[in-house]
Amino acid sequence: MGFLLAAVGSAIGLGNIWRFPYIAWENGGGAFFVPYLFALFTAGIPLLVLEYSLGHRFRGSAPLSLRRLHRRAEWVGWWQVVVCFVIASYYAVVIAWAAGYAWFSLGTRWGEDPEAFFFDDYLGVTAAGTFGGFRLGVLLPLVVVWGVTLTVLISGVRKGIERANRILIPLLVGMFLVIVLRAVTLEGAALGLDSLFRPDWSSIGDASVWVAAYGQIFFSLSIGFAIMITYASYLPRSGDLTGNAFIAGFSNASFELLAGIGVFAAIGFLATSAQVGIDEVARDGIGLAFVVFPEIISQLPGPSGVYGFLFFGSLVLAGTSSLISVSQTYVAAIEDKFSLSRRSAAVIAGGGTALVSLTYATGGGINTLDVVDRFINSFGVAAVALVEVVVVAWLVRELPALRSHANAVSDLRLGWWWMAALAVITPAVLGWMTLDNLRTELSAPYGGYAWTFLLVFGWGVALLALVVGIALSFRRWPATVPLGSVPVASGGPGRGAATADGDDGEERSAQ
Amino acid sequence: MSTAAIVTMVVGMAAIWGGLAVSVVLTLTRSRRRARRGELPPG
Repeated sequence: MGFLLAAVGSAIGLGNIWRFPYIAWENGGGAFFVPYLFALFTAGIPLLVLEYSLGHRFRGSAPLSLRRLHRRAEWVGWWQVVVCFVIASYYAVVIAWAAGYAWFSLGTRWGEDPEAFFFDDYLGVTAAGTFGGFRLGVLLPLVVVWGVTLTVLISGVRKGIERANRILIPLLVGMFLVIVLRAVTLEGAALGLDSLFRPDWSSIGDASVWVAAYGQIFFSLSIGFAIMITYASYLPRSGDLTGNAFIAGFSNASFELLAGIGVFAAIGFLATSAQVGIDEVARDGIGLAFVVFPEIISQLPGPSGVYGFLFFGSLVLAGTSSLISVSQTYVAAIEDKFSLSRRSAAVIAGGGTALVSLTYATGGGINTLDVVDRFINSFGVAAVALVEVVVVAWLVRELPALRSHANAVSDLRLGWWWMAALAVITPAVLGWMTLDNLRTELSAPYGGYAWTFLLVFGWGVALLALVVGIALSFRRWPATVPLGSVPVASGGPGRGAATADGDDGEERSAQ
Repeated sequence: MSTAAIVTMVVGMAAIWGGLAVSVVLTLTRSRRRARRGELPPG
């Protein structure tokens, strides 16, 4: 149960709340469920099983598991780890904004113009490429976010991550249910829900709608960038991999659906109040959370501040559970590669990320964040997921062995469909997405930013993640770390026993 | 809400939330059955 909640906590993040509703609405409404569920079965759950099998069979962080899979696959794991490092550095800042806004909600501090308040008063946005000085309103919650995250990471997998998720996930679901119940009882909620669910069946013939569905599944399930490999390495040897993958996949989809209902019911209320169309108020991402929702909260009848606190509190909880999982990937990798204790690895790697994230708590931070996020998702997450499946399926050809492993410990047997999904469908869709991203970014400067700014913080950061990943793979593993591909049926390679400084060493070796 | 929107909402909820319920029930019951038979330690 602890693993499952951690996996679900990793999957449920900000994207479920602020990305899915808009993507579904924009891509056929109710008809979007068809490509979405198809993508869940042909890419989401198969990739989850693949990553669970890698981590469970080889009992290590992503680089170590991939090294044990094949000596030439290790660099892929390091690339994934560096991508996670970059993501964690700015993801924490968005959680800090949400924490600040939870506080602002209690007095609806954004006033009459939430957009001006967010960009000018709160973030004090300066030109792209400028530093702009630290913003105390961002810096203080950011310190708290990292304090909580580092405490959880230092406490270990069982006592920290699993325990945190046992609190975070039920609390998140409970809080969000309250928001949804309030939203669907607002005047105009039916208008929003009608707009979200009214199916446009002609959209199913549009290839871009299918790419959007696969994109949503890839990004929201936290697959393809090492998180699930890392988490599965701590699963008990008797863990049902396929069953857990189905539960995690459907839990994520269930929360997204709940978020869609809550968000569009609230948007329907705003559109009705302002007497405008849904398309004039529907937004996604930062615009939805920090501009549209404050407007909605300001107009809510009754104790609006409480609902605002619950909404932004939900963002904080969803974001924190994901931040913990993203950070755990590089903490575990550093722990394995440099023979560090968990505490040292968490302080060095987690503390290092926290320091980097301070650069986003500045007036120029949101511009940098916007560009880094765009490029690391397009050419980090999507590209590394593509490389991972191509390496495993086509280069080292280990899919049959991993399927045997998953079938040996799971009740639901994987058949040919799993191999076909990973060897053909997933690489084809991810390859198309990567090429399409490349075409888009080369055709015009993203967001109207200067090319030099995009070269440094967009292309530069994405390329640096790959280069640093490859460089780290050249470093030798400590002699104490076995690298052989020992079959897991006999226990598999594992790490040492618990140490006195907070390592819960039962995690991998003594299950 | 239009009839088409209500139908797709209900079908979507049934597919996704039903899928979650079935996955949880099947995984937990099979796991317990195997544990009882001594094939696996519980958990």
